[in-house]
Amino acid sequence: MTLPRFSIGDLVRIADRMPMGHMRTPAYVRGRIGRVEGYCGAFPNPETLAYGGDGLPDRDLYRVHLAQPSLWPNYNGAPEDTLEIEIYDHWLEPIDASDEYDHAP
Amino acid sequence: MPHDHHAPIKIPDVEGDPDALTTRALKELLIAKGYFTADDVRRKIEEIQSPGPHQGAALIAAAWVDPEFRKRLLTDGKAAAAEMGYLIGEAALVVVENTHDLHNLITCTLCSCYPRSLLGQPPPWYTSKAYRARSVVDPRGVMAELGWTPPQGLQIRVHDSTADMRYLVLPLRPPGTEGWSQSDLARLVSRDSMIGIAPATNPVT
Repeated sequence: MTLPRFSIGDLVRIADRMPMGHMRTPAYVRGRIGRVEGYCGAFPNPETLAYGGDGLPDRDLYRVHLAQPSLWPNYNGAPEDTLEIEIYDHWLEPIDASDEYDHAP
Repeated sequence: MPHDHHAPIKIPDVEGDPDALTTRALKELLIAKGYFTADDVRRKIEEIQSPGPHQGAALIAAAWVDPEFRKRLLTDGKAAAAEMGYLIGEAALVVVENTHDLHNLITCTLCSCYPRSLLGQPPPWYTSKAYRARSVVDPRGVMAELGWTPPQGLQIRVHDSTADMRYLVLPLRPPGTEGWSQSDLARLVSRDSMIGIAPATNPVT
């Protein structure tokens, strides 16, 4: 058993890809930067499961926090509002702490 | 009462609905071929529709009166629900706690994920495309339209149930309910307060 790639508190970028098929990563978070808030366990990959596949290998699933103002250019709520979303490991990219970023939660 | 004061009532049925017709044709074929019986189908529908918000309300009320149960519910919702005899069919139940600084709202933008094995079927507005789209873009606006305006200074956190987790909001216990019994408290826990679209019912107002 391998350890999950990310730890709670890690900054991550959600991949900015637009593949065809059944994806559980909504378009509005693709390319955005968030912070890992929790680890949910490993689950069958819905991208192959949806087409009659076995979903193997299981994919690690994380809960990721994003700042609402980083998602919507005209967000009219409070600046501290957040969004939490489940993202599979293969949709997450590590971010070097020295990278410049805006609006990370 | 005489029956002549309104237009004939039309009961919606499968007439003219291609999806419903396809479903019925498939069902009848599978029953004819012996894969399952009509009674199996009826019992399955009954099973799907028998959970309801009262089950979630019982969990919340228990968490309000018992700090140890509250901890267990927040750590592992599925295990805590099982203690009270509620079997969660989904992979996990994540219980998110409202505080005086943070308010949680549940949505599913991709489909209509909802803790159905605990709360039953979601309200129609929850599965509407309008709610699914707007709950993430403008959660405060949606809440205000549905009757509750979150105060400024309260952080709103939207949970988009995109994968295997299902979410339940643990609302704040209303003020003035000290000493209330668990069953009286459970009556204050509305379905919508467990989705986070409103607070629990305040018995004073």
